[in-house]
Amino acid sequence: MAEYKRPTTKEEFDKNFKQKKPLMNDTEAYYEASRCLFCYDAPCVQACPTHIDIPLFIKQIHTDNVTGASKTIFAANWLGNACGVVCPTGVLCEGACVYNHQDVPPIQIGRLQNYATNTTISEDKVIFKAGKSNGKKAAVLGSGPAGIAFASEARTMGYEVDIYEAKSLPSGLNVHGVAPYKITNEEVLSEIEYLQKHLGFNIKYNSAIDSKEQIKKLEHNYDAIFLGVGLGNTRTLGLEGEDKANVVGAVEFIEELRKKQHKMKVPQKVVVLGGGNTAMDAASESARMGAKKVVLAYRNSKEKMGAYGFEYDLAISAGVDSLFHVTPLEIVGNGKVEGVKFAKTEIVEGKLKTNMKNTFVVRCDLVIKATGQAKMGRLFKLIDNLDIDNRTVIKVNAETFQTSNPKYFAGGDAINGGAEVVNAAYDGKMAARGMHNYLNK
Amino acid sequence: MIDLSINFAGIKSPNPFWLASAPPTNSGYQIMKAFDTGWGGAVWKTLGVPVVNVSSRYGSVNYRGTKMMGFNNIELITDRPLADNLREIEEVKKYFPDHAVIASLMVESRAEWEQIIKDVENAGADGIELNFGCPHGMCERGMGSAVGQEPEVLKTIVGWVKEAANIPVITKLSPNISHITDPGLAAVQGGTDSISLINTIKSIVGIDLDSYAPYPIVDGKGTNGGYCGPAVKPIAMHMLKDLAQHPEIGKVPLSGIGGIETWRDVVEFILLGATSVQVCTAVMHYGFGIVREMEAGLRQFMEEKNYQTIYDFAGKALPNVTEWKHLNLKHKVVAEINADKCIGCDLCYIACDDGAHQAIALSDDPAIRIPSIIEANCVGCNLCSLVCPVEDCITMVKRDDGKENVTWYERTENDDIPVTFDDDRAGGKGHFVPTPQDALKHRK
Ligand SMILES: Cc1cc2nc3c(=O)[nH]c(=O)nc-3n(C[C@H](O)[C@H](O)[C@H](O)COP(=O)(O)OP(=O)(O)OC[C@H]3O[C@@H](n4cnc5c(N)ncnc54)[C@H](O)[C@@H]3O)c2cc1C
Ligand SMILES: Cc1cc2nc3c(=O)[nH]c(=O)nc-3n(C[C@H](O)[C@H](O)[C@H](O)COP(=O)(O)O)c2cc1C
Ligand code: SF4
Ligand code: SF4
Ligand code: SF4
Repeated sequence: MAEYKRPTTKEEFDKNFKQKKPLMNDTEAYYEASRCLFCYDAPCVQACPTHIDIPLFIKQIHTDNVTGASKTIFAANWLGNACGVVCPTGVLCEGACVYNHQDVPPIQIGRLQNYATNTTISEDKVIFKAGKSNGKKAAVLGSGPAGIAFASEARTMGYEVDIYEAKSLPSGLNVHGVAPYKITNEEVLSEIEYLQKHLGFNIKYNSAIDSKEQIKKLEHNYDAIFLGVGLGNTRTLGLEGEDKANVVGAVEFIEELRKKQHKMKVPQKVVVLGGGNTAMDAASESARMGAKKVVLAYRNSKEKMGAYGFEYDLAISAGVDSLFHVTPLEIVGNGKVEGVKFAKTEIVEGKLKTNMKNTFVVRCDLVIKATGQAKMGRLFKLIDNLDIDNRTVIKVNAETFQTSNPKYFAGGDAINGGAEVVNAAYDGKMAARGMHNYLNK
Repeated sequence: MIDLSINFAGIKSPNPFWLASAPPTNSGYQIMKAFDTGWGGAVWKTLGVPVVNVSSRYGSVNYRGTKMMGFNNIELITDRPLADNLREIEEVKKYFPDHAVIASLMVESRAEWEQIIKDVENAGADGIELNFGCPHGMCERGMGSAVGQEPEVLKTIVGWVKEAANIPVITKLSPNISHITDPGLAAVQGGTDSISLINTIKSIVGIDLDSYAPYPIVDGKGTNGGYCGPAVKPIAMHMLKDLAQHPEIGKVPLSGIGGIETWRDVVEFILLGATSVQVCTAVMHYGFGIVREMEAGLRQFMEEKNYQTIYDFAGKALPNVTEWKHLNLKHKVVAEINADKCIGCDLCYIACDDGAHQAIALSDDPAIRIPSIIEANCVGCNLCSLVCPVEDCITMVKRDDGKENVTWYERTENDDIPVTFDDDRAGGKGHFVPTPQDALKHRK
């Protein structure tokens, strides 16, 4: 393997994590935009969870009205810049582009979207402003995509908005979770800074809300509260030896990577447990950090993995090996991890069974568990009458995003159990509108 | 054996591809390079009393991904001394005796015409082209299109030239008139040996949105320029056809100019009666090398159609270009969509619904984006097939049996045409149109 040298400087890190969707230049954008057919009732728009008017903004780029294009984009999606590069466009807008039906490459909608918004943000153009104060206040828990979208939309309608954020940076998993080859920290943060500057919501950092007293205070001080808390840390598997050093959760691993970048040291041999997009990311990222051997281990077949095919392909192309039909039994080692003991699995009468007679050990010095994030059940219990479903996600009205406790609205990973940035952006926007309708009834 | 050579009113050329009088023919260097690349002839950049040009000279119209779909310029005739040009004409003719070198001329007085004709003949020019077309600058001084727009003046000058010249004379016409046959006939009556057309069209290609000046901008101001390039081809072809079909003008050879870039353009001009073609913008855009594509394509076409010379098919489309009143009113085509090719852009649907005859329906199932033609409503206008982005996806298919042929002319003769505002014979009477309120159905 060893296709990537361990990065020791910021430059080497950036090289190993080269952007998959680099910023378009004016010429590329002009020609790409010229290809769009301006379809009637365009299928790409329908495939975008936030329903951005794609043919319109592409035509605006083409006619040299890039500022207008950004307006079109942000009007539908407050995370329009990030979404352009972090969205799985191949299964969303670009996957629906009519060109696919004639085997012509689809319009690069994501990169055009990112181009327009990036231009506007770097020129610091004023394209929207806060609405006239309506005297009402909203609190937001979490400054992830859902919270930011809610806050932005609410500001345009004149609400005063305070965001309470547990961490010291805004934008949630967009900066702490998404793979660094999709978007840089700087680009994520500049979009939030731009929105905050022009719309004027407040973010209170290092302000986790985790007690009944705090909740009561918020309820007293605000007219409505939006829950955009996402998901929690990686949940424990209950494996023997899981407490050994160098057994880490994928989300924690990626967060450390995004924060420390080249200053983080990833050991030589890595085993990643799981079959979702997070597992693919963690494996890809370990390889790009210079690990000599990275093994992706999944309990079922390749086809059964939750990850998108293109994310798996990306991991393989980074030099990752994969093991299918294996389940971890125990983390072995002496205080520190030395390997993972696996058993083979097989399908017996349609059910996945572990074959305890067929076990083996894969040597490694880091285990990354990408087996799902815990839910925020503990927080939810602090709120009166908040209905949670059996997956511990908050139940909301599909149109208004209001929860069973009418003072609360919610969106993002906290209501869908983990989806994409674009879904969170949509939820936040719609929840703000839902709140506005509710408070003005 | 295909023979591309031509004899155009006495001017011999190894092929019909000529450079139009313009920047690509500004010097002997350029013309030698062009002949070396495959051009058969060149009309020298217009000679006369040298001018002074401005800086910033060209503007263009870009369309979608295409640069210079239309092109305009505010350049005048040559700015080089006559003696330099004459020396270079001589040199070119020495190296390329069989290629056509035509001197484009524009002067004012009879004495000047006589002098300059003698000069270019002495230099070895094979023919003369009279530039009565330049629509900017020169016309303000009573030359160029100022002559082209006054048939009587044009006729007089052609007369002077013919009296003085021993080599063939081509009169180049300006399109900035209502009827191209007026100057065309004047040229023929003045005795011209042949006609070339079109020169550029008066135009403003765009306005700068910061300085509020038209392109090309010269220190904050601009002027009308001459429009050319692919955008003008349809206008040029129509004018060519008008001359070619005219009983008197059609007798002289015609050199087609205006937006020619590909072999197909060349063939189309020849089918409308041109027996030489001239090119400017395409060369300014891509260089002399484009002649290779033109020649290869022309040869391929002639091979497939079994033609030996371009005279075998020159003017072949002319009998089919007729007046509206002679078109068959019984001919009926309707659109047909090939569902296997359709990509579901629904451009045909919205084009027909908003811009034509509400003859295309979408499926009730939103997952199915392939539209269908409502044959009863389709008038066969072609619009959908023109907007469809997929090759050969929408075709227009014939629905009449070909047995009947009734024209407007015949119906007029038979007193069978609508004459009152509510005449029962109105073509669209009884044709389906939705009720106006249907437009607001979506509001419910
Ligand atoms: C590894 C990984 C890779 C991903 N890659 C992509 C990708 O490529 N493209 C894509 O579109 N999506 C991707 N996603 C998903 C995407 O990041 C999330 O769907 C999205 O960030 C959800 O937004 P959110 O606002 O709901 O939650 P989050 O982004 O999780 O934000 C929640 C915020 O709330 C804060 N918070 C939590 N609890 C409290 C509290 N009690 N008090 C105050 N603040 C609190 C958190 O600190 C955090 O900042 C990825 C996710 C992961 C885990
Ligand atoms: C920059 C420029 C200068 C021109 N100068 C002359 C000229 O001096 N004499 C002339 O007869 N036509 C002149 N023309 C007109 C061209 O010869 C030709 O008639 C016209 O451009 C249409 O052909 P095209 O579409 O191939 O360019 C000029 C055109 C251009 C673009
Ligand atoms: S489907 Fe493709 S071509 Fe059609 S509007 Fe969308 S991006 Fe443009
Ligand atoms: S040919 Fe004209 S009327 Fe017929 S379907 Fe097409 S656009 Fe409509
Ligand atoms: S324009 Fe062509 S490709 Fe588009 S929907 Fe109509 S038939 Fe299909």
